[in-house]
Amino acid sequence: MLNRSRFAVVLALVALGAFFLPNLAEAKKLNVVTATTDMAALAQEVGGDRIQVESIARGYQDPHFVEAKPSFLLKLRNADLLIVVGLQLEIGWLPPLINQSGNPKIQVGALGYLDASQFAEILDIPTGTVTRAMGDVHPLGNPHYWLDPDNGRRIARGIAGKLGDLDPPNTAYYQQRFQDFDKRLSTAEQKWEAEMKPFRGRKVVTYHNSFPNFAKHFGLNVIGYVEPRPGIPPTPSHTIELIGLMKRENCKVILVEPYFDLKTPQSIGRETGSQVVQYLPSVGGEKQVTDYFQLFDYNIDLLTKAFQATQ
Amino acid sequence: MRNRLVSTLLVGLIAFPVFAQQAAPQQGTAPDNSAMEQRMRELEDRVIALEGQIRMLKAAQAPPSPSPAATPAETPAQAAAVPAETQAAALASTAQEPSLGGAGGSAAKALNPDISVIGDFIGALGGNSQQNTVSLQPIPAFQMHESEVGFQSIIDPYARGDFFISFGEEGVNLEEGYITFTALPAGFVAKVGKMRSAFGKVNTMHNHVLPWVERPLVSNNLVAGEDGIDDAGFSIERILPAPKGIFLEATGQLFRGDSGDVFHSSQRSDVSTVAHLRGYRDITESTNLDLGVSYARGHNDQGTDFLTHLYGVDASLRWKPLRRSIYHSFVGRSEFIWSDRQQLPTTQKAFGYYASADYQLGRRWFLGGRYDHSDRSHDAALTDKGGSVVLTYWPSEFSQLRGQYRFTHYANNIDANELFVQLIFSLGAHGAHPF
Repeated sequence: MLNRSRFAVVLALVALGAFFLPNLAEAKKLNVVTATTDMAALAQEVGGDRIQVESIARGYQDPHFVEAKPSFLLKLRNADLLIVVGLQLEIGWLPPLINQSGNPKIQVGALGYLDASQFAEILDIPTGTVTRAMGDVHPLGNPHYWLDPDNGRRIARGIAGKLGDLDPPNTAYYQQRFQDFDKRLSTAEQKWEAEMKPFRGRKVVTYHNSFPNFAKHFGLNVIGYVEPRPGIPPTPSHTIELIGLMKRENCKVILVEPYFDLKTPQSIGRETGSQVVQYLPSVGGEKQVTDYFQLFDYNIDLLTKAFQATQ
Repeated sequence: MRNRLVSTLLVGLIAFPVFAQQAAPQQGTAPDNSAMEQRMRELEDRVIALEGQIRMLKAAQAPPSPSPAATPAETPAQAAAVPAETQAAALASTAQEPSLGGAGGSAAKALNPDISVIGDFIGALGGNSQQNTVSLQPIPAFQMHESEVGFQSIIDPYARGDFFISFGEEGVNLEEGYITFTALPAGFVAKVGKMRSAFGKVNTMHNHVLPWVERPLVSNNLVAGEDGIDDAGFSIERILPAPKGIFLEATGQLFRGDSGDVFHSSQRSDVSTVAHLRGYRDITESTNLDLGVSYARGHNDQGTDFLTHLYGVDASLRWKPLRRSIYHSFVGRSEFIWSDRQQLPTTQKAFGYYASADYQLGRRWFLGGRYDHSDRSHDAALTDKGGSVVLTYWPSEFSQLRGQYRFTHYANNIDANELFVQLIFSLGAHGAHPF
């Protein structure tokens, strides 16, 4: 008698589950968490309304130094996919978050962990011995690779593939979204390249070495950095050397990320007659820059104005 | 072997457009520029995809898992972009990796754990005539206080391992050595091994992450000093359901029952337990509040029938403006600890606390202060008090120079004015610490 009633309860539960689960599955969006806003923007391009995406770091924050706040664990514990920039950009804060998340899906090596650097062209890969005497150098290459539209395309393609792996019924949707993104990016690239063409070969100085992919794509020449070495704050002797170099090379534009202090760049600017431009390395660096296209629109507008003003 | 294969493929890909260019005129069709550009772009993408594969293989820290995300050829989009031969070769080369088993070379080195050494040198000036006790240990003039060696790595798809071995000038101590199971069901995270217990805040911290040269009086008097509650056993933690925006986490730990002068295990059943509940909330994107309550219970050195209960409350208020996070920040922190120690002739109920504040003046400079007040656990009628001012300079992320002036009024009417200088330096890849 008892066994029969137990059987009936189990049967009822199975029937209920069968009734509700397909509906739940249909409604459920893939929950994507990214380390930075740029990866979130690219994931959103290809994921459309089938994913819910959120970034841990903000676009106006130095992505090397994000605090591993417990509130981020609330995002990570329910994530289906974690997209990281890789190349040790997040080494100072992301590993403990992944460990503490209690989410097996996003552990390193699991299906829901995606290192986007594998898809991109990486520059500044050290060839000789790497030591900390070189500053906070990234032994696997420069992690600021998303600032090249071609890399943006490659990363988006990789993310579309991964989303398809995690959500096979929507594979065609993600591929279609990627094709659409590819087309819009190609059109935008033509416009950006036309705008930047008159300034090919122009020399610039950047605060941190976060600009090589952008410079390579648009034919700019980065001749020096405000930091003496990556991650090391400016020193008086290096600043004097840099002023001399900029005068010799007739370099008139200094690019500064939004999270660095403007005091030293501005004093270099005064000495050399250069324009200091606060460019955005990431989506969300300013309120109006909400997607990958606007990131380039914003920076190219700033750069072309600065180059024109310092002809 | 793997590198040679990939190199051959790269040469093949680079050579391909040359042959294509030579072949085109023979076919009598003039190459269309835009088609050529498109073809070049596709080839460039393939080379970059292969470079990415090589990088991921080189950087691989974990053994290959059943579904490695590090093999881009597995994703359909990449598959479409990479020729079948290339995929096959890449997969074959990946598949060969496990068969290297035990062989030398770079493949074996890639799986070595992250190794780090952190040096902690302390110099002390001024007088402190306080007698050495178990918990109160005045610092000598110069001391290579600790050399902490860390080995950290992912063990398999289910767990990671962390070892921190602390070398003093004379002895060696396993500070921590544990496995963390990161892939348990239902959101549980478990640790097994020897670890710093989750009692409060300071107890969980390694020396080199403290904002001071030494630990507060309350840690020394009531929670076993520098080593703290650091014992062998297991720990389980889980994030609890809570209203939106609130992080709530519970930790339960069971240890052998030996921790400095706080807990002592006379027999196997004399285990100690620690429980911690943590609540955290972002007040704004720059400011957050972190609250915790802790409880620990264990047998003490008076014998199996004598227990020590510890109760703790901790609070931390942090401020860090995101746009200027590398230049300015503030941490205000306090811990209150009550000790209930059964001993003869009467149980000792001691209380202690510290309150500290640390402000980051600029990218390299931090200024802080701390007030200390604590009874002694063995004789609660004796109360030590003190205060410190701390200035820290960070030449880089990997070294720090700290000066601390400390005044202490010990219960037996001894006053000590001391100046400490500390140099901390870090070699190798030391994993980030939890927030």
